[in-house]
This record gives sequence, C-alpha cells and structure tokens, in this order.
Amino acid sequence: MMKLTGAQVVWESLVREGVETIFGITGGAVIHLYHTLPEYPIHHVLMRHEQAAAHAADGYARATGKVGVCIATSGPGATNLVTGLATAYMDSSPVVAITGQVPTLVIGTDAFQEVDITGITHPITKHNYLVTDVQELPTIIREAFYIARTGRPGPVLIDIAKDVQAAEVDYVYPDEVSLPGYLLPGTPSPSQLQQAAQMINEAERPLIIAGHGVILAAAEDALLELVEKGNIPIVTTLLGIGALSEAHPFCLGMAGMHGEAYTNLALSQADLIVSLGSRFDDRLTGQVDQFARQAQIIHVDLDPVEIDKTVPADLAVLGDLKEILPALTPLVEERAHSKWMKRIREWRSDSAKRDIVGQETDELIPQYVVRQIWEATQGEVVMVSDVGQNQMWEAQYFVHHRRRGLLSSGGLGTMGFALPAAIGAQTGCPDERVWVTVGDGGFQMNIQELATVVQEKLPIKIAILNNGYLGMVRQWQQLFFEGRYSGTPLLGPDFVRLAEAYGIPGITVREKSEVGPAVSQAVATDGPMLMDFHIVQEENVYPMVAPGASVSDMIRRPVATKK
Amino acid sequence: METHTLIALMEDKPGVLHRVASLFRRRNYNIESLTVGHSETPNVSRMTIVLNGDDRVVQQVVKQLSKLINVIQVLDVSDQPAVSRELALIKVTAGPGTRTEIIELASVFRARVVDVGANSLTVELTGPQSRVNSMIGLLHPYGIEELARTGRVAMVRAGNGNALL
Ligand SMILES: Cc1ncc(C[n+]2csc(CCOP(=O)(O)OP(=O)(O)O)c2C)c(N)n1
Ligand SMILES: [Mg+2]
Repeated sequence: MMKLTGAQVVWESLVREGVETIFGITGGAVIHLYHTLPEYPIHHVLMRHEQAAAHAADGYARATGKVGVCIATSGPGATNLVTGLATAYMDSSPVVAITGQVPTLVIGTDAFQEVDITGITHPITKHNYLVTDVQELPTIIREAFYIARTGRPGPVLIDIAKDVQAAEVDYVYPDEVSLPGYLLPGTPSPSQLQQAAQMINEAERPLIIAGHGVILAAAEDALLELVEKGNIPIVTTLLGIGALSEAHPFCLGMAGMHGEAYTNLALSQADLIVSLGSRFDDRLTGQVDQFARQAQIIHVDLDPVEIDKTVPADLAVLGDLKEILPALTPLVEERAHSKWMKRIREWRSDSAKRDIVGQETDELIPQYVVRQIWEATQGEVVMVSDVGQNQMWEAQYFVHHRRRGLLSSGGLGTMGFALPAAIGAQTGCPDERVWVTVGDGGFQMNIQELATVVQEKLPIKIAILNNGYLGMVRQWQQLFFEGRYSGTPLLGPDFVRLAEAYGIPGITVREKSEVGPAVSQAVATDGPMLMDFHIVQEENVYPMVAPGASVSDMIRRPVATKK
Repeated sequence: METHTLIALMEDKPGVLHRVASLFRRRNYNIESLTVGHSETPNVSRMTIVLNGDDRVVQQVVKQLSKLINVIQVLDVSDQPAVSRELALIKVTAGPGTRTEIIELASVFRARVVDVGANSLTVELTGPQSRVNSMIGLLHPYGIEELARTGRVAMVRAGNGNALL
C-alpha cells in the first residue's frame, strides 16, 4: 500500500481519472498541492484570475466532453471561482474545482483568507465537499468526478483543509462509489416510447427542439437519424447549436428571443413539439402561457426536475438520449409532412429577404464580419462567443455545422466567458482552430488572460466586435427605455496596441473592405491574433421577441436603407 | 393551495440541513414546518416537511429534494393514511382563580402539566396539529407567556405500502 500525503492523493487520483490539464492560481492554502504537482504528469495552465480558471475548465469540458479541472486557494481565490462555477452549473458542464481551505483547527474562526466556500457554492454546484480528514480524500475525489460527469453533468467543488494536504494516508483509490441518494434515471419503458412514436406519427406539424442535452449525451448521430427518418424539422436552443448541422435542410437554426422569425413561427404553429434535452428556458419560450399553444409536448430529458418545471408536458420521457433516440427512431414512420415543410420554406424565404447581410451597405456591420469569418474558415473552427449582441450575431450569421463547434455561456450569460473558455478549449483540443467573438465590454472583463494565451503559446484568434457600447443593454434602452443610454457608452483601450504589449499581433479594422483581408490574415497566422472590428455603433440584433411578449409581437429587422 | 406532508430520508452528513434549507429559500417554496432527527437506520436522518402549494409546486419540491446527492428518498404522504403528530409546550398565566380551570382543560385534551410556577403552568401536548391548534386557541384568553412547537412528524400507517427504503 502506498503512503501518500493528501496533496499527493489529489494528483494521484486525478491522474487515475484521466486528467491531463488543470487551470489555476496558487496561494497559501494550496501550497502543498502545488509543491507536489511537478511529480505528476499533469499540465498546469497558470491563469491570471480564478474566474478565468473556472471558465477555462468549463471551456475544456465543453470542447472535449471530459471533466475540466480548476484549482484556487482559500478565501479570495475560492470566491473568484464563483462566477465560473455558476456559469458551468447553469449550462450543465462537468467541472471539478479544487480549493484550499484554512487548517482544520482554525475553520470557523474567521482565520486569514477563510471563507465558507462550500456554503457559498451549495446552490451553484451539483455537489460539494469540505475535506477535514485525509482518510476520506480518495473516496471524495472519486465521487466528485463520478458526480460531475454522470447523469446531468455539473460542477463539483472539493474544499481541502491545508493540514489535510500535508497529512499522510495509506492510499487506496476506490473502484466503486456508494451514493445511495444519487440515482441515475433508468431506461424508459417500451410503452412510453410507443406512445411518443404514436404522437409523432399522428402529428401533421411536428417540430423538434434540440437543446444542450443532445450534445452532452453525444446523441448527434441518433438525432440525425430521427430527423431524416421522420422528416421532422428542428430548431435548436443557443446551446443546442451543433446538435444538428445548421446546413441540414431540416435545421431551422436557433429559436427564441433572437431566433429567426421562421423558427418562432414554426414553434407557434407546430401541433407537436418534441423537446430533446432542452429545459424551456425563458429566452426560448418568451411568455410561457403564449408558448406553442397549438402543440402537444413530448419532453425528453435526463433530469426529472425539468419536466413540468416551466412548460407542462403531455408526455414525459426520462432517460439518456443516447439510448432513447435509437430506440424511438425505428418506431417512427416515414412521413413527408410536405404541407408543413412548404409553409416553413415560405416563412424562411420571406425572412431571407430581410437578411441585412444581403443588403448593399458600405458600412462595417457585425453580421458581415461574422459571415466573413465563417467563409474564411469554412466553419471548421471551434467558435467561442461571449455575451451580448456579439453572441447573438455569431449565433445568427455563422453556419455551425460541427459538433461542439460553438461554446457559449447560455444560462448565466456571463460576460468575460469567451477568452478564458477558449483557452480551455484550445488546451483540450490543440489541433482545432479556436476563434473568439467578443464585445468590447466583455473582452475587458477577462482581458488579462491575453497573458495566458501567450505563455501557453495558444493560437487563438480573437475577433472583437467593437461598438463602443455595452451594446445589448444599449439596444434594450433604445427599444424599451426611451433611448436613454444610461451606463452603456463604453470607452475601450487601443486593443491592438494592448495585444502587442502582450506579444500578440493585432489589426484594427474600420472599413468593410478590410474585413476579408484581416480575417484571411488571421487564418494564415500560426499563432494568436487579435482583430479589432470597429463596427457600426448602434446596430441592433433582429428579430427580437421582446421579453414577456409572444412571437406574434416580434420586432422585425427594419428594411435597411441603401446608402 | 393545500397543505402537503413530505417525508425525506437523508444521509447524516455535514451541510445536509443547509442544502435543504437553502433549496427551499432559493426556489421560493413556502414551508410551514420542518423537523429532523435520527431514523431507524444509523447515519440516516429523517425529515418531515409540511408545506403549502399546489400539486405542481409540491411535485417540484419532491424532485428538487431528491436531486440533492445526500437525500436518499422523498415521499409525499399527504394522500396516505398516516399518523401525524406535533408536540407543543405552552406556558400559560395561571393565577389562583384560573389554575384549576386550566388543569381541567388540559386533561380534556389529554395534555400534561409538566411545570408549575407561582403564576404560571406549563402544559405539554402531543397530538394532531388540529388538536394542538384548538388547545392553544382555548388557552389564549388566559395569557400565553411562551409557546414552543416542534412542527409535525409523520409516519404512514401499517399495511399501506409505500414504506420508505
Ligand atoms: C458579467 C456580466 N455583467 C453584466 C451583464 C449584463 N450585460 C448583458 S449584455 C451586456 C453588454 C455587453 O457589451 P459588450 O461586451 O460590448 O457586447 P455587445 O452587446 O456590445 O456586443 C451587459 C452589460 C452580463 N451579462 N454579464
Ligand atoms: Mg460592445
């Protein structure tokens, strides 16, 4: 039997869990951990802020499907993780966070850098642990990884008292976990599947909503089979983007507050909605009692809590999509739904006429920038978008055809997510081309991570959609708050000179004609590069279903005036 | 809105009570009472939760509670024949003129006098919540100086299936 210190137990166990990379910042309460880290084959990415460490672990998890790990010291290190953990929690991302805690003897005395991080993170973690006995450490780490990655994934935090890291234990890593209160849903009964298939077969205007759950379950192939066998059109949520290629004729794209008009029309006109791994977020449904009023709803999810939480289901099917879909598809009849498809095509072409990218304009509009990136990369990238208008333009104008090809903070909408999450994604997928689209506001929220990009030699391409505003809020002010731009005009630094100070080449783009060349230059650059696009300042995201409104009151894109 | 009674079994681990309480607060559930103590199984605590809400809310509470890793099982026993009891200690003003009256009243409710002071009596009553309520109501005019109630504990009657675990 091996005698290990608590610190060694942590790394030994992580190695056994298959962890190769961690993201963190050291400090007094994790100094034992860092002291023994060089003895293990784990790459430590030194971040510049613990929030970024949590986002990086999250981005790593979203890009690879593996558990992402971050580490921080007690007190401020731990509290800095909070936003990142909440982000991962809302989007069901498997993350394990390790924090140091003050020594057991002084816990509860307001010791230097003591904070009750397990108490603080109860509502934003799937589970958490405070470790005060080294004997329990191996089991806790085993459980933490098991809980983070199984079922509906989520972040788990392990807070380890400093003395526990130094104490010795006879190391045994348990094979099994014993968690009597942790039940994973079983397989749905054949009769439930029969019932679902019958509802699908009887529907005239069926529509699938694909959510993040499809991607988390790695059920993309199974979804494609269902869609093609049943000829069922599909819309996605923001996080469901990539569940089915947006180039597929049956994929209408993202629905909801900023979904294309035809996606929301389809939702309102469907007679059957099959929701797969989506939780009917209010950004998708708008006013809940107005949502999909003509439709019966089949709700398929792994988490019983989601059933009937906001939108009541006519049929609930609980379980893993990766098992359910292959069992369901053979029961679904091949139906053309030609009338329904024709209607959708009509709505779609009507929308396309209003597509602002198709309009002649000499102005540097963000939609054009996103289109150019898509064309230059042929969509063969992992896009990491931030939050705000930039996030919506990216979602609308980039044609995502890849799996795990878009990473974004959906549930929490965390500005500052993109750059650190891209660091995680690029570290986990060194052979991928990782791009960031970000606003001038959100970029300044984790801009310090440019240093990490350089230190880690990551070839990340950063496209700032710089409108000089906290743009999404400005848009709301313009549309709903008398145009009073309170607290939204935003001064930024010269991002290119700043990037150069970090050692990253950059280019400022002010003219539409310069967009293509700048993007091509980035594609051809081996290392990182930053593009600062000075876009039209008061461009809005359309269409928009105003908060609390129904689809019929959608604010459409005004027809652009030719200049 | 009806009153529901839930029974939950949970691992007796640090922080479990906080998790449950924090869940109720965060999800805005309207809890009337919550009691917790040991169960027949070592290291397993048993909680009785009384809450108000329509069926959909109660369903959510059951599911959200079950989702906590340390919570082993949750049962809504509202529709089952169950024994449900509450204990109350009531210190009531009792001068020479009212003392006998109060003692008689207590005996009607099968309550016990557990402490006698110069100007007060302390009465202990165990029973269904309705009985506790009506006794408190009747004692009110005498002057209730102190009141301590445990909240409800409940158990499904024998032979009605759905036993826990
Ligand atoms: C951390 C955080 N703070 C505040 C907000 C509220 N918020 C949402 S979008 C937005 C504006 C974002 O501005 P910018 O990053 O420049 O992007 P733009 O909308 O202009 O594309 C703000 C402030 C948020 N989502 N996250
Ligand atoms: Mg902006």
